[in-house]
Amino acid sequence: MSMRRALHAEWTKALTSPGTSGLLVMVIAGTAGLSGIVAAACSGATCGADVALTGVQLGQAIVAILAVLVIGNEYSTGMIGVTLAAVPRRFLVLIGKALVVAAGVTVAATVAVAGSVAIGETLLPAYHATLRPAVGTVLYLVLIALLSLGLATAVRNPAAAIGTVLALLYSVPIIVTVVTDPVWHDRLVKYAPVSAGLAVQSTEADPLIGPWKGLGVLALWTLAALLAGAITLQRRDA
Amino acid sequence: MSILHAEWTKFRSVRGWVLGLAAAAGLILLFGLAPGMSGSCGKHGPASACTPTIGPGGEQVKDRFTFVHQPLAGDGSVSVRVTSLTGSIFDGPGAERPGLAPWAKAGLMIKSGLTPGSAYASVLLTGSHGVRMQWDYTHDKAGPSGFGPQWLRLSRTGEIVTTASSTDGVTWTEIGATRLAGLPATTEVGLFVTAPEYTSEMHQGLLNGSQGGPTQATGAFEQLTTGDGWTGAAWHTDWIGGRPDWTELPDPQQQGAGFRVAGSGDVGPAGAGVSVTQTLVGTFTGLIAVVVLGAVAMSTEYRRGLIRTTFAAAPRRLRVLAAKAAVIGGATFGIGVVASAIVVVFGQRILRANGVALLQSSATTQVRIVAGTGALLAVSAVLALGLGALLKRSVTAVTVAIVVIVLPYLLAVIVLPVEAARRLLTFTPAAAFALQQAVKQYPQVDDVYAPSAGYFPLAPWAGLAVLIGWTVVILGAAALLLRRRDV
Repeated sequence: MSMRRALHAEWTKALTSPGTSGLLVMVIAGTAGLSGIVAAACSGATCGADVALTGVQLGQAIVAILAVLVIGNEYSTGMIGVTLAAVPRRFLVLIGKALVVAAGVTVAATVAVAGSVAIGETLLPAYHATLRPAVGTVLYLVLIALLSLGLATAVRNPAAAIGTVLALLYSVPIIVTVVTDPVWHDRLVKYAPVSAGLAVQSTEADPLIGPWKGLGVLALWTLAALLAGAITLQRRDA
Repeated sequence: MSILHAEWTKFRSVRGWVLGLAAAAGLILLFGLAPGMSGSCGKHGPASACTPTIGPGGEQVKDRFTFVHQPLAGDGSVSVRVTSLTGSIFDGPGAERPGLAPWAKAGLMIKSGLTPGSAYASVLLTGSHGVRMQWDYTHDKAGPSGFGPQWLRLSRTGEIVTTASSTDGVTWTEIGATRLAGLPATTEVGLFVTAPEYTSEMHQGLLNGSQGGPTQATGAFEQLTTGDGWTGAAWHTDWIGGRPDWTELPDPQQQGAGFRVAGSGDVGPAGAGVSVTQTLVGTFTGLIAVVVLGAVAMSTEYRRGLIRTTFAAAPRRLRVLAAKAAVIGGATFGIGVVASAIVVVFGQRILRANGVALLQSSATTQVRIVAGTGALLAVSAVLALGLGALLKRSVTAVTVAIVVIVLPYLLAVIVLPVEAARRLLTFTPAAAFALQQAVKQYPQVDDVYAPSAGYFPLAPWAGLAVLIGWTVVILGAAALLLRRRDV
């Protein structure tokens, strides 16, 4: 079976499964909504300049749900047996899912970021939209989605997978705030997925890690997760 | 009772759940005992040891000021006119500008000795908070407001210290009286001046915090008069807590029956810093593990259709929900208490050994933090259980639970301005992290009382009540749905 048909199958599944479109709408509403709330709270100009895209902190969780469910649903319903019977080259299944997730998230994230930028322009006096943070944020959300997909394929239990993803997204940044040992602090900021990936939003003069380099670090995490997922899928009994 | 037993059996016999519980404890221990902080205390010989100054109440305090004093044997009184209070603020090396910290202090003090941390009572003029009476580091009482020159009087009778102020030196208004238990027969009495650090909010990239620098104040005093049977002798100067090394403080100058005294430092509670709270940062990861457990405990029943068997065996559905909540809540509470107790005991030792100047916290505070961490985990797990019953889907339930509990805290720490951050932590479930607060907030100390510095807007148990409130609402909705809908 060709790649094209595997992709078509995944596309149909994603499109017809209830919840997909709802989740995509929630990515937009959550991201733009939280950006708006934070921008409103920051309109007194007491925040840093980079707050216009803060909504990504909520959007990333919804993107993660979407990605985890794309593979998790197959396992929890037993559908995976049918899927792998239809597409025996399991690797193609994962690639198909990755492409579908990436496409969906790209569309939703673009709208969400555009909304956040518009809100920021209206509410934040010091904010001026620039291309790199905006495009970078869309890519960030796509990478987070693919990271979640890879992890969920590797872990297989959807609840444990989403727990792991959310621990990476939310706990690690909190832990970084209490690490005062300068060496460890800098290492964590540079190489933890969220802080590295969100460097792309930064307009600081002297960031610890460059914007595209940071996104590259996140891309490596994503690649590692997808590889782990692919290996698990290949090796284990479904 | 049999339902409880059934739920307990389900829980303990699933390997993944026991592993999840162990993971929660392990994460709390891992981050609590990993030495993520280092300092210089005691690292450069015995002289570099950071010995905390302990006040008469056993709490950690600041005690650094310029003291122009002499011994007073027995009872007596002293009065003085403060004619001016001026100062300067240091923004950095060599960057000095005129200005006065709002809580810069100049006035009269009676102190049981010259050791930092010893008992005292004082009456003072502040930079912008009028005349105050302050004693034993944590107590503050407002006197008449107003600026400009003030007369201050302080008298001792036995263990009672009474203070008064006046604008003309003729009509006196008593500010207050306090009993300093165990005040020795001979005390040190005189003029004192000090000025605390100024602080302001700072936002840089993805991190909030406060910045500040030292300030200095100079008080001009005249007509320093001893009374009530005390004749007085010569005045001596001491820099209590050590002469500041961040600024060149001039020696006090005597001018007739008056003085010009400069000081820098503070007399009061210790304020923010690294405390036991920071050792419990693993709670956030542990919490995610127990939230997964709570959500799965309910959603698994739906996934496998086990729920039909469960409800057939126990037709009173709400009892099933209650039994699950009891089992999950009990197990996570137990794990949380054990793990955080170990961290509170050993994590602090590790940080101290690493040279970190850790704030001391009382035994009751530490017990509250340990029990609070257990409660935080338990209630969060039960909230996730309710969401699991409500949404039937573990992935959504886990995400919603974590987004409502952890995300507000994260936003409060990394991005929101202090006011918005504090507001957010009054009504979201994240309010419950107040259970882990170790430092205390005082109105008479200017600080940025931000969540990122470990200050929460609600009292610990009020914060827990907010989380419980949310949990009750979600469990209530879940109960309603459980009764109404078909399995």
